[in-house]
Amino acid sequence: MLDRIIARAIPAAPLSRRGFLKLSAGAAGGLMLGAALPVSRAAAEAAADGLAMPFVHIRPDNSVVVIVKHLDKGQGAATGLATLVAEELDADAAQVTTEFAPANTALYANSLLGVQGTGGSTAMANSWQQYREAGATARAMLVAAAAETWGVDPAAVTVSGGMVRAEGHSASFGALAEAAARQDVPGEVTLKSPDQWVYIGKSFPRVDVQRKTEGGVGMFGMDMRMEGMVHAVSLRSPRFGGTLATLDDSAARAMAGVIDVIRLPDRATVIAETTWQAIQARDALVAEWDFAQAENRGTAELRAEFAALLDREGMPFHMAPASGEAAARVIEADYVFPYLAHAPMEPIDVTVLFDGERAVFWTGSQIQTLDQTIGAQVLGIPPEAVTINTLWGGGSFGRRAIYDSHYVAEAAMVARAWRDAHGEARPIKLVWTREDDIRGGYYRPMHMHRVRAGLDAEGRIAFWQHRVVGQGIMLGTAFEPFAVKNGVDSSSVEGLGESSPYEIPGWVVDVHHPRVGVPVLWWRSVGHTHTAYVVETMMDELAEAAGVDPVEFRLRYLTDPRARNVLELAADRAGAVPEGLTRGIAVHKSFGSYVAEVADVRMREDGTVKVERVTCAVDCGVPVNPSNIRAQIEGGLGYGLSAILREEITLTEGEVDQSNFYDYTPLLITDMPEVEVHIVPSTEAPTGIGEPGTPPIGPAVANAVRRATGQAVRELPFARHGLA
Amino acid sequence: MITLTINGERREVPAAPDTPLLWVLRDDLGLTGTKFGCGVASCGACTVHLDGVPARSCQSFVGDLEGVEITTIEGAADAAAQAIRAAWAELEVPQCGYCQSGQIMSASALLAETPRPTDADIDAAMEGNLCRCASYARIRKAIHRAAEIMEG
Ligand code: FES
Ligand code: FES
Repeated sequence: MLDRIIARAIPAAPLSRRGFLKLSAGAAGGLMLGAALPVSRAAAEAAADGLAMPFVHIRPDNSVVVIVKHLDKGQGAATGLATLVAEELDADAAQVTTEFAPANTALYANSLLGVQGTGGSTAMANSWQQYREAGATARAMLVAAAAETWGVDPAAVTVSGGMVRAEGHSASFGALAEAAARQDVPGEVTLKSPDQWVYIGKSFPRVDVQRKTEGGVGMFGMDMRMEGMVHAVSLRSPRFGGTLATLDDSAARAMAGVIDVIRLPDRATVIAETTWQAIQARDALVAEWDFAQAENRGTAELRAEFAALLDREGMPFHMAPASGEAAARVIEADYVFPYLAHAPMEPIDVTVLFDGERAVFWTGSQIQTLDQTIGAQVLGIPPEAVTINTLWGGGSFGRRAIYDSHYVAEAAMVARAWRDAHGEARPIKLVWTREDDIRGGYYRPMHMHRVRAGLDAEGRIAFWQHRVVGQGIMLGTAFEPFAVKNGVDSSSVEGLGESSPYEIPGWVVDVHHPRVGVPVLWWRSVGHTHTAYVVETMMDELAEAAGVDPVEFRLRYLTDPRARNVLELAADRAGAVPEGLTRGIAVHKSFGSYVAEVADVRMREDGTVKVERVTCAVDCGVPVNPSNIRAQIEGGLGYGLSAILREEITLTEGEVDQSNFYDYTPLLITDMPEVEVHIVPSTEAPTGIGEPGTPPIGPAVANAVRRATGQAVRELPFARHGLA
Repeated sequence: MITLTINGERREVPAAPDTPLLWVLRDDLGLTGTKFGCGVASCGACTVHLDGVPARSCQSFVGDLEGVEITTIEGAADAAAQAIRAAWAELEVPQCGYCQSGQIMSASALLAETPRPTDADIDAAMEGNLCRCASYARIRKAIHRAAEIMEG
């Protein structure tokens, strides 16, 4: 979803769509990308630094540095890309480290997004060819260097485990790095066949584990420290779209450590010597707001308006002919999905240094191209004058892939105002507190669905009328012209109709997009968070009404063999239902990957649900790093389970009711099930893994709960019903 | 000036007594391994040891801490912490890693106190440590694994 939107958003980016196509066509034939670009050549000529190419540097100290063009916010992109390079380079895992690429769309665009950015679970899919070719190219240059140095035939040179050898000779990569840098970049390289892989599909140690067990010092934006740095915390309108009417900052300015209070049209930012001083002074600001243009409705009003739309025909999205027979049995159901906050563990932060002509940003940047472009616009300087230093993200789940770069823009506004007021350049670290994060919008949009599905006399689906009501994520943004077709924003309906793995007879989907002033954003697996829930709980109810086993019933409508396979595999591996538990199953396809999950749940005496065990089957193409795939499925379903149990953002008169983790309560260790992940062996190109684990868990658990209690949970979260 | 004992060293800090230890560690002393997650004792990211007992540094105030042995992730080096780190690496527990300083501080305090923790012990000790990446299944396994490593 994100890929399509961003790919079409190219006008905002320095690289044209056509330019991108030219580059990737070159890349397909070998490491043309590296060879064609002056930067790599220039870098390669600086041979003293060893072999420096866009995606891999081999340094004289024998380190292999993989340049990671994607943000790693826990999904393992850095390790994944390092695995690809190390494989083709025949490096020793211990010598491989990673660095994040600078913002440079020409070199580091996501070939599926067209801009430099990470999203839609595309990191592996778009790097699969590119990073293996980069590794193979560097290997060929090491071989050529060895052959030249030793006076032997390149064909007699072998590489393994980080050593280059020939009869009577051996050398480390580091020893050959300078000579390698002087070799020609080969026009074409041959990649290994799967049977030659030593890391891919087997194991490659996570590049970030050790640092992350030692405090992650220096990895995260929140931990930025620089000489002369000041700290910024903002007071923003309590209602979305409000503006600042009056501000009394006298108490704040009198507080210890406060350097300045910067007034902006819709916020005020305290600048202080420390974060704590800034937080305290922010709380001492006295503001009055103008809510004339604000979103002033609460959840109750919004739900009533959405519900009224459920009765009215919407814009058509999918029309499949009905089988024509009258239904013997009809099930009607309305579903409600609340706004959800991403709440990554690292709240939002960005550090900026602006000297009037050039600017540097440090942040867990997920769409570097946009952060660079928008940061430059706000500062009134050209994008080339903006450097984006990507740091590790302390979680994102979509939150840092931000179409309006609003927090980079906020930091830029503050930096500009600071410079106007003070003349000197000082690094400013802008931090959002958890309250700012929870109340700050950019939520998974609230949605309602209505389904009316009929079974014929043989228990087969005769029709499935489906209405979706919710804000389109792209509506009202600059992306609207690219993301919205016939009035329908694809982010609301992905997983339905043609993008569903099912072929459902008589499936008719229409859509309403009410305009609401609450900013919304993609949230781990985006529209699939609600579409999979509706389809997979309704499938279950229909199966039961038809008197057919839920797996059997689904298989009738699944033609895609990969979807059938994961469903059958998960069902088979789950084995017998353990004593005292009830079982639910769901299958879904998202981001190119297929995941089925079997949830075994126990109803506690107090009526709450404990998910004891989840058995998963996943087909994500070539399983590059099985340990990471398991981690992402575990985490992805944990994130989805968290949402259905207790997560909900509500508003009263336009103000968000929740504020921190005590009233927006994510999954705890005591909620986490045991997870078993079965990975389907595959030779298909790898597809997404960060998101596809999330959609099936909600419906799998809901199906188990319905079996246990008879109650179909159609309004989330479960906490609303005393189930969590 | 307040005098604190952090990771065995005496440090003078110019902070007001009601300043949370978290911000003194992070901003004044540059010990950024202790993370800010919520500021209200609701996430555990800021967990440190006060005289060996896990505590939320965002709700511990430096004026109360003179004479207390403060240990942060940077200084956690006892046998329990070493075993926890080894198990964390072996099972590749961290995802984004942002919660992991707090997880490791809570887990190592548990292990120092209870060398063979049961699942119920783990629940009780770890329930206050959120992991938004839901690395919980591995955290549980890794605590059991660390207990084995400690036994040798
Ligand atoms: S920051 Fe202290 S518990 Fe969350
Ligand atoms: S590893 Fe990301 S929050 Fe725990």
